[in-house]
Amino acid sequence: MAVTIFFAALVIVAFLIGIRLMQSPHTALWGNRLGALAMIFAIIWTFIATGRGSFSLALIYIATGSVIGLVLGQSVRMIHMPQTVALLNGFGGAASALVVWSAVLGYAGEGAEMLFWGTSGLALGIGVLTFSGSVIAVLKLQGIAFRKPIQIIGHGHILRIAILLAVLLIIFNMGFLGLYFGQFMTLIALLGLLAGFFMTLRIGGADMPIVISLLNSFSGIAAAVAGLAVENLILVGTGALVGVAGLILTRIMCRAMNRSLLAVLAGFTPGAHEKTLPAAGSTPSPKPDTGTPTEAGKAESTTAENTGTETEKPEEDLEEAAPADKISEKDLPGLLKNAARVIIVPGYGMAVAQAQIAVRQLLDALEEQGKDVKFAIHPVAGRMPGHMNVLLAEAGIDYDKLVDIDTINPQFAHADLVIVVGACDVVNPAANAAEGTPISGMPILEAEKAKNIIICNLDEQPGYSGVDNLLYEQPHVVTLWGDAAQTIPRLTAMIGKE
Amino acid sequence: MLYAMIIILLAAALLGYRVISAVPPLLHTPLMSGMNALSGITVIGALAVFTAAPEGSGGWAAAALVLAMINVAGGFWVTERMLRMFRGGKREGEVKEIPWQ
Repeated sequence: MAVTIFFAALVIVAFLIGIRLMQSPHTALWGNRLGALAMIFAIIWTFIATGRGSFSLALIYIATGSVIGLVLGQSVRMIHMPQTVALLNGFGGAASALVVWSAVLGYAGEGAEMLFWGTSGLALGIGVLTFSGSVIAVLKLQGIAFRKPIQIIGHGHILRIAILLAVLLIIFNMGFLGLYFGQFMTLIALLGLLAGFFMTLRIGGADMPIVISLLNSFSGIAAAVAGLAVENLILVGTGALVGVAGLILTRIMCRAMNRSLLAVLAGFTPGAHEKTLPAAGSTPSPKPDTGTPTEAGKAESTTAENTGTETEKPEEDLEEAAPADKISEKDLPGLLKNAARVIIVPGYGMAVAQAQIAVRQLLDALEEQGKDVKFAIHPVAGRMPGHMNVLLAEAGIDYDKLVDIDTINPQFAHADLVIVVGACDVVNPAANAAEGTPISGMPILEAEKAKNIIICNLDEQPGYSGVDNLLYEQPHVVTLWGDAAQTIPRLTAMIGKE
Repeated sequence: MLYAMIIILLAAALLGYRVISAVPPLLHTPLMSGMNALSGITVIGALAVFTAAPEGSGGWAAAALVLAMINVAGGFWVTERMLRMFRGGKREGEVKEIPWQ
């Protein structure tokens, strides 16, 4: 007993130190390796401690799983990381469900306690839910099926009833102490599958970071509860760690989108709503009306702004100032030449366009001119927490150029130029300016405050939220519609030429 | 055993909360895939029930072993690959630092 506790504590402390090392990119690699080492140790220790039965057979299964896992891990591309993690989550959840399932078959009729029956029912339900939810998430992310959020009639009711019934059955399973366990457990498993399916079915693309974090948490909770059922301390502690990590990330993601977890799970997809934002009358922002571009009032105040804040602006701008007061594509070479401080705002659109390498080349060209370039990373950029950082790191961009939202926001006001690549909602000032839109109150990257902005998005369509981007019409913004893999090289080509 | 389990559950959750909260957003994806690998710890539960399984009921536990091990190996390996890509430091000081404030 004492030995068991000692080794369990040892493994969990090793995991904790591993996570501690993950706090810095310098040491994170060793943190991960320490975790892997502790895992191998835990497996060997379990081999020794259980000490009977079919060793060689178990080894074959472990080797099989390892090979499949390594091949999978080696073959996936970074842009597919969200579905990879979702898939592995699903496997973890399913494994925990199977562990309690086979423990139940082993214990059946041996007069196990209430704790055993309660926790095994619970672990089965959560594990199975994690599995089916993850499978749907993978199908969505991979674009195989259910790409659009799907909501059937009575969706919420089905989900709630399934969960409620499953909870009742878990309680029954506990109360009956294994009587009818076969029926109870089968029903719990079916309801769990159903709940995971319906929970994920109506999730839209940009809400994926939240769901993946949540499923990650569930896979940990399933392991912890399974650990309670089979009385395994390492399982309990490690499962709790994963559960907490998933919950922390879920909370961070929800905050970054200003959405409540319940709203996401309840299938409140903002895109489905009416565009509640009228173009005019919603602008506490310093810029004039976003309404019709021909308005006289707009022309005046814009001119004032141009002369006021942009003293070193290229002369091309003054030449063609008359009808279109907005800066245009003609001004791009001048903008790029005169900017000393540049912030690039990448969004998932950049990844979809496979424009990371193009962005890297743009960065190199800008730095060659002695410009200071940083990347502003919104927490929900991408399809899982921190996804954008990985995509940019893959393109060979140093991580010390990747700056998070809180650090970069005060710097926008000092930036000469912001280049937005495939990002919409995360730079939309409507989040601050307008009430009652799906993104109102969502923390955004304050690109608006920069002197000039170049937007390289695919088209004028609003982002996931369905809210029109107030930036597009502003006078200090140039929009460059089209595939970022083509528009970004155009910008790069302009640098260094007059 | 019950007390030991409850204590370890709470301790892991509390300490985990502190350590995990301090991981910067930069590393959230590797953090998640690493934690994902840890959730494959259920492999040791699978191992225990597999070796203890009565005749003919080892199939479920065997499936659990394979699935959990895919989770462990895949999770740690993608995390390793990702973290190898994270490079820092200015190269040959070609970039002039300009004060931002």
